[in-house]
Amino acid sequence: MVRTHASSLALAGALALAPLPTGAAAPKPAPGPAAARPPAKAELLVEAKPPPFSEGIFPCMDCHADTKDRQRRDLGFHEEQQSVFDHDAEHRWCLDCHDYENRNVLRLASGATVPFTESYRLCGQCHGDKFRDWRLGIHGRRTGMWNGDKEYLLCVSCHNPHSPGFKGVKAIVVDGKATVAPTLELLKPEPRPRRPEEMRR
Amino acid sequence: MSDRKIPNVLPEGGAPADASRRAFLRTAAAGAAFSGLAGCGVDLEDVFRSHFKELSKDELAKVLAKVEEKNRKRFGRETKVGAEGPIPGVEFGYGLDISRCVGCRRCVYACVEENNQSRETPQVHWIRVLEMEKEHGVDLAHAELYYEAEGVPRPGKFYFPVQCQQCRKPPCVKVCPTQATWKEADGIVVVDYDWCIGCRCCMSGCPYGARYFNWADGVLPAGELNPNQHYLGNRPRPKGVVEKCTFCIQRTRNGRYPACVEVCPVGARKFGNLLDPESEIRRVMETKRVYVFKEELATHPQFYFFYAT
Repeated sequence: MVRTHASSLALAGALALAPLPTGAAAPKPAPGPAAARPPAKAELLVEAKPPPFSEGIFPCMDCHADTKDRQRRDLGFHEEQQSVFDHDAEHRWCLDCHDYENRNVLRLASGATVPFTESYRLCGQCHGDKFRDWRLGIHGRRTGMWNGDKEYLLCVSCHNPHSPGFKGVKAIVVDGKATVAPTLELLKPEPRPRRPEEMRR
Repeated sequence: MSDRKIPNVLPEGGAPADASRRAFLRTAAAGAAFSGLAGCGVDLEDVFRSHFKELSKDELAKVLAKVEEKNRKRFGRETKVGAEGPIPGVEFGYGLDISRCVGCRRCVYACVEENNQSRETPQVHWIRVLEMEKEHGVDLAHAELYYEAEGVPRPGKFYFPVQCQQCRKPPCVKVCPTQATWKEADGIVVVDYDWCIGCRCCMSGCPYGARYFNWADGVLPAGELNPNQHYLGNRPRPKGVVEKCTFCIQRTRNGRYPACVEVCPVGARKFGNLLDPESEIRRVMETKRVYVFKEELATHPQFYFFYAT
């Protein structure tokens, strides 16, 4: 796996999306026993702002150390998530995205786990078009330099993963870093401009 | 023009007496007029200096120092006034996703703070967010600038922010009688507030209503002054000149995003170099349906609206 800084993402993203050329730009597979199979495409990771956890909720294993029941059911806890859950609720529940063994990480459809800081890989499994736009900088907010280092937000910084339709965002601080978190209320607009007749003296 | 004979102001020896008298009177009248100007607080150096584009390095430094001095006098604060030129190989492009904009007006006020607009009397906003009806599409006959709401977006509405479109064929530049406004190499249409005579021809020339006139000195509290300024951008404007969006020239010429791009909570605003195929704006133009406002007027804006869904 290659960890790229967000600044080189635009270029790197283009490489990942284009059919891999056999030129020098293509990552050379490491020689080894797996060489017989076609090498897995190097996955590009993006460093985004930290996930907007509710206070005291992470690490999950502090409470979930004794994992027992993997059957779908109504939980007697996490009411704040269950009450708003609207993300293909008919077909899915917690353990489709949260890993059963290690609750501190998320789980892809392939069974691989990803940390919360790379949750966009989980979202990108279904929302590939948005994922692609986000990597190119078309979807979502960028801050920083138009010709240099850019700061990215995670999908979950604006979309509540349990109720992902965009409503609004609020400013929060995570680990001393300013970022945003999704809200379930719509944004209130700033005051309207004054009409010309109101500006007359 | 150049072959026209210019009469001697001070004729040699044998000139008729009344001619030299006339020349004397003319000089005296001009002198009186200028001393009158000086009496009103107009600096003769400002009146006689060259056009911004013709200033030498030393002259420019002098002009910038003067602006800083004016700021110090008016606000009692130190400011840094720059005049960074266009970056070679860069042409700015702006994208606005109308499928995302929710009309929250955060951009309007971020712009006001960044660019030192007058807060009231006159209240100047370089960005105007129009609320339009989905039923009618982009139609200025069904647009509301003064909408108020508890939460946005409102059902059945969409939002269409308008600011300077940085046209490639800018009508405002064409009509300016003093060349106080022009288009820079990176595409930004700028105004030299010291050169503007306040005739407002550019305002009637602009089909987007993106230029604003300072009817008064305006209200800008010293504590809210943005000290990072550009001569052609956000330095405080005097009464009687026209101003407009400059893509935050003081930020973008130093590689930063415009303030409205960074503040947009829905990420509807995109900015970058049109000549760089990897830039966000180029990606937008290549993968989305892109629209320019009032295309039929052939102003060829560098500001693109798109619909990413």
